[in-house]
Amino acid sequence: MESKLTAKKTILDAQQMRRVIRRMAGELLERNRGVGDLLLVGILTRGVPLAEALAAEIEQMEGKPAPIGHLDITLYRDDLSTIAPNPVVKQTRLPVAPDGRIVVLCDDVLYTGRTVRAALDALIDYGRPKAVQLAVLVDRGHRELPIQADVVGKVVPTSATEVIKVAFPATDGGKEYVQILDREAGDR
Amino acid sequence: MAAAGVWNRKHLLGIADLSPAEIELVLDTAESFREVADRPIKKVPTLRGKTVINLFLEPSTRTRASFEIAEKRMSADNINLGTSGSSLEKGETLTDMALNLQAMSPDILVIRHRHPGVPQLLAKRISASVINAGDGAHEHPTQALLDAMTIRQRKGKLSGLKVTMVGDIEHSRVVRSNIHLLTKMGAKVTVAGPRTMMPPGIAAMGVEVSHDLDQALSGADAVIMLRIQLERGARAAFPSVREYFQMFALTAERLKRAKSDVIILHPGPMNRGVEISSEVADGPYSVILDQVANGVAVRMAVLYLLSGAGQEAV
Repeated sequence: MESKLTAKKTILDAQQMRRVIRRMAGELLERNRGVGDLLLVGILTRGVPLAEALAAEIEQMEGKPAPIGHLDITLYRDDLSTIAPNPVVKQTRLPVAPDGRIVVLCDDVLYTGRTVRAALDALIDYGRPKAVQLAVLVDRGHRELPIQADVVGKVVPTSATEVIKVAFPATDGGKEYVQILDREAGDR
Repeated sequence: MAAAGVWNRKHLLGIADLSPAEIELVLDTAESFREVADRPIKKVPTLRGKTVINLFLEPSTRTRASFEIAEKRMSADNINLGTSGSSLEKGETLTDMALNLQAMSPDILVIRHRHPGVPQLLAKRISASVINAGDGAHEHPTQALLDAMTIRQRKGKLSGLKVTMVGDIEHSRVVRSNIHLLTKMGAKVTVAGPRTMMPPGIAAMGVEVSHDLDQALSGADAVIMLRIQLERGARAAFPSVREYFQMFALTAERLKRAKSDVIILHPGPMNRGVEISSEVADGPYSVILDQVANGVAVRMAVLYLLSGAGQEAV
């Protein structure tokens, strides 16, 4: 049964979201002393527009673009034997090999850490990065693995019944926000 | 892009049962899997811990190798069983053999058999997922899927295309699966071959029947040439190989009747100088090697989709 979700609270509106992403881009440049060897890799689906937004800010600040790729982690998931039907497999595309680069994995929400675990495994099948960093727009807690982000847009304490919805213009019909949604009472 | 939730099947027994949405999902998934072949590490962990038995009770090189590579690239453990030395030669019945295989608890069984309906029978008897890798002259679903994938890559679509299949229509499982698939996806299918190789009632499958190759080729977007199975007594169906070549072989001259951007497919292995001239087989229109590469991707996609948890039994 699909549970109904109701919007509870807007965490970031469009303007706040852009400010947060600008700050994250600045932090990435500061940590890595410029664009240098950076390769931004968005985890499908909503890590991709985050990677693109970060790349746009980086280009504005440095006058030099960072290459962007995207990673599909479906084949590396640890829950394929428990979910049905199998999720749709999408394509991974890396514009350059990750060897010797500082790869910044980008995702919208950091929750259990299992997606990032899968992304690390997937990435390493493409080569040996010099370092891997993690940038997320929202860290909502509840980790099930020892994984943490290097650059965080906003830390949002949540309960397990809540859902964080991140909307990007490219993936969500022009909308741009971060909301907390709640499963309606009575639903699983 | 196909949506999740379309696929609920445990087995792939034929194309006849599939809906257009399911076919599209397999093709889209296979496109995603193609990229794995270009990686430095050509392996994903998706089927780790799953056991696949490849039971080929009829000779096969290409299909079997293709399944084996697909399984290995998905990290499955596989074993291969063939006719020679198998217990069937020692008189074991198929059902007994199935029950013995069942006792080894495989997750997926890939089967080729010379009798139609064997995969369907096994699917009822054992708890593993069953993939039909060719049953008699009935179906060969993964071949039709890889043909469709190859055509779609070159033409961008299937619907509205004219696809001509030439050769031994009667004994070909590839033809049957392809007719199901292509007509479901809205292509116009023509089959051509000698009268002795044309089964009665084939037109009822929604195809045009022709005994004149020139007419069948006219305006074709894609041509699928079938293998003349000389080793299985196909010689009885026509007076001589030379006459067959003159009437039904695909030559560069003949091909001028098709569209200028026509593509040529062949499920292999080819008989050069029987159903196809070398000039065409090696020519610019030939996508025969794309078919082989796509075959691995299609089989990976099928293995992936069938290994989802909790599907309903079909």
